[in-house]
Amino acid sequence: MQFTDALFLLTSGLAQGSGYALVAIGFVFIYRATEIVNFAHGDLMMFGAFFALTFVSSWGFGFWPGVALAVLAMGVFGFLLDAVVMRRVVGESASIVFILTVAIGVVLKSLAGIIWGYPAQVLPNPLTGSVQIGSIAVASSRLAIIGGMLLSCIALYLFLTRTLLGLAIQAASQNQLAAYYSRVPVKLLISVVWGIGAMVAAVAGVLMAPITQVSPEIAVIGIKALAGAVIGGFGSIPGAVLGCLLIGVAEPFLDFAYPPLQGVYAYAIMLIVLAIRPEGLLPQTFRKKV
Amino acid sequence: MRTLFKTSYAADIDHLVHPGERFRVLALLVGALALPLVLSNFQLTEMNLLFCYALAGIGLMVLTGFTGQVSFGHAAFLAIGAYGHVFFLERGVPFLLALPLGGAAAAVAGWVIGRAASKMHGFYLAIATLAFAILVETVLGAARPVTGGHIGKSVPEIFVLGIDFSAPVYQYYLYLAVLVFFIWGVANLMRSANGRAMIAVRDSETSAQALGVNLGRVKLWAFMLSAFITGIAGGLMGHQLMFLTPETFNMNESLKLLLMIVVGGLGSISGALIGAVFVSFLPNIILMLHAVLPKSVSFQSGFEPLFFGLIIAGFVIFEPDGLYGRWRKLRLFLETYPYYKRATFTRQKRYLKTERFK
Repeated sequence: MQFTDALFLLTSGLAQGSGYALVAIGFVFIYRATEIVNFAHGDLMMFGAFFALTFVSSWGFGFWPGVALAVLAMGVFGFLLDAVVMRRVVGESASIVFILTVAIGVVLKSLAGIIWGYPAQVLPNPLTGSVQIGSIAVASSRLAIIGGMLLSCIALYLFLTRTLLGLAIQAASQNQLAAYYSRVPVKLLISVVWGIGAMVAAVAGVLMAPITQVSPEIAVIGIKALAGAVIGGFGSIPGAVLGCLLIGVAEPFLDFAYPPLQGVYAYAIMLIVLAIRPEGLLPQTFRKKV
Repeated sequence: MRTLFKTSYAADIDHLVHPGERFRVLALLVGALALPLVLSNFQLTEMNLLFCYALAGIGLMVLTGFTGQVSFGHAAFLAIGAYGHVFFLERGVPFLLALPLGGAAAAVAGWVIGRAASKMHGFYLAIATLAFAILVETVLGAARPVTGGHIGKSVPEIFVLGIDFSAPVYQYYLYLAVLVFFIWGVANLMRSANGRAMIAVRDSETSAQALGVNLGRVKLWAFMLSAFITGIAGGLMGHQLMFLTPETFNMNESLKLLLMIVVGGLGSISGALIGAVFVSFLPNIILMLHAVLPKSVSFQSGFEPLFFGLIIAGFVIFEPDGLYGRWRKLRLFLETYPYYKRATFTRQKRYLKTERFK
């Protein structure tokens, strides 16, 4: 492998990893607020990409208005998903809630296949050029993913720590009942959290579209993002980003080294990390002391 | 409601408490023994497959229903059991030894996956199994010299102690015996100290730990036992499918196992059996839906998972106790008529108090 090839794999891996990280940010956000692991987040991302495709290509809104509308629509979708479905299982055991989110993911994926079909479709992409960095050219769409991921991280951080709504969400995430007694509208907040999570997922879907195209199969990115979040230490956004970047960078090199296992290295890395350091690189979850 | 007086320790730990239950189980057993008299060979093969699913369901029930840990990739253990069983059969290991060896292979895989994940929060195991299932499907496809790759692998006939078991009737009784053995074993386990520790972990990890239960150990044992039983089910299933390909054990299959225990009712052996019956009637229901729904919807390749997902979501939201829970409510309604109260089965909800302490 030439040095420039390695550099190329590295940059494309970074972009891919940032895409995983964008998805991971969404469900880690939901997890931190509600302690529900949303196994359907990859499917929300896929839905966001399909919404954008519908608005931009089929309904002809133009790229930017179409994408903005898709992100907003996903926000409403996420809000309703919680208000109509997830709220019914509040207080049930965790295993039941996991099973429900997986079922939702399967339903969304099949629905997307039935509505939009299985062949990969192309979302128009205004960022066609590339940027010369040193000896290699990096497609600007890949840079956009990295930039979008960083921006989303900063925005979410400021939102959670600097706004009243963000603080209320933090309070509800510590103790729902206590927050409720303190006049925090817990039900509404949780739905808002789901809405924001879904919007981040939609952004991820749109940014990843130039690389992955748009098809129901891209929902698998959600599982890779889960793997990345576990590697990084579930529950912390920096950890999730770190883990996702790690698998994003490692994947293309391992695919290159031994192609028959292409596409499953993320899971292998996760299982190895789990075996060596189960709490992840940046541990966040601690067992309750009795 | 009839009050049961327990006058001895033996009565206290009895499997079947209600007199009606004893009668029903006996009737079911006699019915199962007599069934080959009326069924055709084809129907017997279907029954054999049902037994395999029931066994796999009991395996998953030990983990999800009794210990409260979720596995989204249990088809991987079916696959390891099936391929392991065939691997040993091809090397001349007798059937009665190859079957538990296949199960043991699945249990070892379960140990490797569960060892780290079982120390962590439950969703780690869920994610790990999800990833493991995808990994196993790919590895089975890539490991062509052993597994035959995507071309597949044919399964040899069953010979038990030199007797040819290729007739469906023989297989029926063999499978029934294995299933009854494991039902009996798991029922016994659940009234032992280890079984009660599993239920304690399901209901509250914090209180289980306060009572001296080693959380990681109990979860790991439950996971290994679950993988073992599912592996045995996989070995038996291989003989019914006659041909193994990695795609047989894909995510859809894992979803089907999950659907089975959710629909049947989490937390009871009867639930797994009811779920297995439900799953084997699913193809008929899907055929009926094909007739009703427009072709553009019902003949899509995503239709079956859509249907599975909707059933699971529907049961989780509206009847988390499954069909078996529905039956218990109905029974209580009939027994106590007209004094049935809905609140009898209302469960205490627990609102979120985070366990992320620093």
